[in-house]
Amino acid sequence: MRRVPFERLANPQLLALTGVLLLNWLLFPNFFNVTWQDGRFFGSIIDVLNRGAPVAILAVGMTGVIATKGVDLSVGAIMAVCGAVAATMVVAGYPAPIAVGAALLAGLACGLWNGFLVAVLDIQPIVATLVLMVAGRGIAQLITEGSIVTFNDPVLIFIGTGSFLGFPMAAVIAVALMVSVTLLVRRSAIGLFVQAIGVNRAAAALAGIRSRMLLMLVYGLSGLCAAIAGIVVAADIRGADANNSGLWLELDAILAVVIGGTSLLGGRFSIPMAVVGALIIQAMNTGILVSGFPPEFNLVVKAGMIILILLIQSPYAALPFRRRLVTTSKATAK
Amino acid sequence: MKRSLRPLAATAVIFFIAYALSVLQFPNMLSTRVLGNFLTDNAFLGITAVGMTFVIISGGIDLSVGAVIGFTGVLIAVLVSWLGFHPLAAFAIALGVAGLFGAAMGVTIHYLQVPSFIVTLAGMFLARGGASIITQDSVPIRHEFYDTLGDLMIRLPGGGRMSFIGMLMIVVFLGGALLAHRTKFGSYVYALGGNPVSASLMGVPVAQTTVQIYMLSSMLAALAGIVFSLYTSAGYPLAAVGVELDAISAVVIGGTLLTGGYGFVLGTFVGVMLLGLVQTYIIFDGTLSSWWTKIVIGVLLFMFIVLQRVIFAASAPAEKSPEKA
Repeated sequence: MRRVPFERLANPQLLALTGVLLLNWLLFPNFFNVTWQDGRFFGSIIDVLNRGAPVAILAVGMTGVIATKGVDLSVGAIMAVCGAVAATMVVAGYPAPIAVGAALLAGLACGLWNGFLVAVLDIQPIVATLVLMVAGRGIAQLITEGSIVTFNDPVLIFIGTGSFLGFPMAAVIAVALMVSVTLLVRRSAIGLFVQAIGVNRAAAALAGIRSRMLLMLVYGLSGLCAAIAGIVVAADIRGADANNSGLWLELDAILAVVIGGTSLLGGRFSIPMAVVGALIIQAMNTGILVSGFPPEFNLVVKAGMIILILLIQSPYAALPFRRRLVTTSKATAK
Repeated sequence: MKRSLRPLAATAVIFFIAYALSVLQFPNMLSTRVLGNFLTDNAFLGITAVGMTFVIISGGIDLSVGAVIGFTGVLIAVLVSWLGFHPLAAFAIALGVAGLFGAAMGVTIHYLQVPSFIVTLAGMFLARGGASIITQDSVPIRHEFYDTLGDLMIRLPGGGRMSFIGMLMIVVFLGGALLAHRTKFGSYVYALGGNPVSASLMGVPVAQTTVQIYMLSSMLAALAGIVFSLYTSAGYPLAAVGVELDAISAVVIGGTLLTGGYGFVLGTFVGVMLLGLVQTYIIFDGTLSSWWTKIVIGVLLFMFIVLQRVIFAASAPAEKSPEKA
């Protein structure tokens, strides 16, 4: 609670995003240039929005899961499954809306399966979602029969590469999802319940919160977000690649959520900040690419970033501040 | 005591039933040749899984092992092929680097009090990225010492051969079992996984043990990287991607509880063999595609997790903490 006024003055996530973007601008002076061409915006900054969208979409669902003290490792595999479902159905001649609907249902089903394992069978989230993470890619390959299913359906392709008011469709979907889920969670009691479960599930259950149903809901939402991300990625490359679609994106999504200030120990969470986290990751990604470093460099930078966040969040980092603030906030010095 | 051995027995029984069914279908699978290849092909996975067993028994998880295998392979290849080191010197350097790496992760986990999941995730990025920065290509290793080790094997009756790396894996498993069940360090690991607070109240040196556990895991992963480089005679930065998942699966299938405090090193051996059996069966069958491997492993994982829940739900009041196995 001590940090609230400080965060309101200068939100660390937004500061970090600004810093990374400014660094990109120093390395690559044309970074902020945006041009209007063929009815849409073009430029590096738009590219950051577009390429960051899948992780941002995943991060929306992942935030809820992590807020309940869980984690969803299966989102990358669910992306592959849902991309495969959408692509094979379109190729088989179904209209795009039905294919997309089926893919969303598949994602929801995968998410509810995870939720069932966590909420009803009481299995640790890492293990419960590990099952689908391992098996999911196999299922996706089963659906595509081991090949990359390519398609030409204009409606489906529009989801990945189209534009809305000049902005890339993927980014528009991510923002719409972020706004609607945030409103749903914060304008109802759901957010409070989710936080209560994350802090102490047993106590929340005793207080009358239906924790099983809420956990199912949270994991179902994560599966649904993964489905949307999977459709976006498949539509972007006009094909479903069961092996590589969403590979390791679960780790990026978790990283985005952690950068966004959501505690891995459950409780505190922020969906918009997780999306900002996804943008920070993508801005670094783009920055490394445009400044000519090999893309592998990115992994080292990401590792450095995680270590930095851990140091900032650690109890030791707060010590120097605590001594100075000890007169104003004795209660927090636990 | 007997009840606590139940998951191990279940895994072993399932392995033997699965193996018997495979043999009924393909009589050739019951040859020392297939068994020898079982050990050789899964040696690096088995060695990694031993370290993972300790980490999981202590209540943590290590996602960095696959990346450490890749990094070790590249480091050895570069030291031997480009800089002219003797392989043994390169092995020593690789094990030392991995030990420091594991110690750093252990220190971070203990002193910053962050979940092992996120620390080892950073470790995974760091090791994989580091390997890719050294080189992005596969570096071949050509050295007579590698040929000597490759030729070192015991011929089994029936045309099978027990390779050096297969034997190394068995030695690591036996050493791991002794370490877990017969040493002070082993009991510290179980105590830590059971309940870190009571462990520290009972006088378990929590910081030291945590650091040692992650050092052990990283050094065994480096040993697995050495084995992998012997197996492929090359170092490649993207080698062994996803091995951490196979290792975790093998540990869980072997009866170790992911909540910590309970598990067997030898159960992990059966788990690794079961994963190997699935792969061998699919190769023997020929009509099944490779993706069935993943689905079957997923189903096995699910089965064992549910099995553990059922067994522990039934026996929880009777014995709350089956620490000694």
